[in-house]
Amino acid sequence: MTWATVFFLAAGAFGLKAAGFFGMGRLGARPTIRMLGALLPPALLAALITVQTVSVDNDLVIDARLAGVVAGGVAAWRKAPFWLVVALAAVVTGGIRAL
Amino acid sequence: MLGRHDGPNSAATLPPVRSYVRDGIIIGLATGVFGIAFGVLGSTNGLSVGQSMALSLLVFTGASQFAAVSVIGAGGSPITAVGTALLLGARNAFYGMTMAPHVPGSRLKRLVAAQLTIDESTALAVGQPSADDVEGAFWAGGLSVFLFWNLGTLAGALGGQAIGDPNALGLDAAFPAGFIALMMPALRNRSGRVAALAGSVIAVISIPLTRPGVPILLAALGALIALKVAGPPPPAAPGRAGGEDRP
Repeated sequence: MTWATVFFLAAGAFGLKAAGFFGMGRLGARPTIRMLGALLPPALLAALITVQTVSVDNDLVIDARLAGVVAGGVAAWRKAPFWLVVALAAVVTGGIRAL
Repeated sequence: MLGRHDGPNSAATLPPVRSYVRDGIIIGLATGVFGIAFGVLGSTNGLSVGQSMALSLLVFTGASQFAAVSVIGAGGSPITAVGTALLLGARNAFYGMTMAPHVPGSRLKRLVAAQLTIDESTALAVGQPSADDVEGAFWAGGLSVFLFWNLGTLAGALGGQAIGDPNALGLDAAFPAGFIALMMPALRNRSGRVAALAGSVIAVISIPLTRPGVPILLAALGALIALKVAGPPPPAAPGRAGGEDRP
């Protein structure tokens, strides 16, 4: 990788973050935008969770990850502390892989 | 059970021992392991230690960094590498929109906050039951992940193959499970649940049809759908105590 590529990546990645952070300007104070801002995280995080749990590149894949995430999800639903949710998911998935 | 989701009242009357600091450190440590993996990936693909560190310090978006180095390593062009990486990083723009109103202050402070705007810091911030904790949680998550991600990258880049595959430890399942825990407060109102369901369905449909990174961007439509179908979220969301319609 050339340093030019490193530079373009850094500029692009920061540009995207800053565009979201500063791009809304006064629009960000509008009620509709604030409401959407509150609903974006559940929508995006649910998609991220889905991608991380059941996909490999462009394929839908069911594997040991799903069992761990379901276990962690049930624990989270039952209001288990954060560390337990994370540890349970890792142990279940790692355990199945070790079988 | 003593947890961080004990409900709005316990959170309001008895501020927990800043549980978001502890949770932020847990997320940071888990990220650090992937940081090591990234450092190793960089050195095995011909990046200098300085280049791997520059990526982790300046790009600071894990998925984008892994993708860029993998594309270059597989013989792809720099343009493909940058394009793939930025597609994966574009969701940070949405996170920035969400976080901006919660992080007031000087321009310099907000520029630093923008750099720390990633999956983990945003999820930890919006996962707080009390709106008073949103900004603190954002900084706790962002700074912790920044520290451990970069320490991990340095260790991996210097140490080469010293560690095995983090996936063998099941850490790849730890992240989505952790995000579920952080999303719970948002799922306690109908609008949040509809947004999450719509985002997840959009992801499943678009994973086979689009390039990596795009499904999560398309999921932003889930927020619009939720607003149309279920109406606005409770005031001062995310996760504002008092807004829950939880049984």
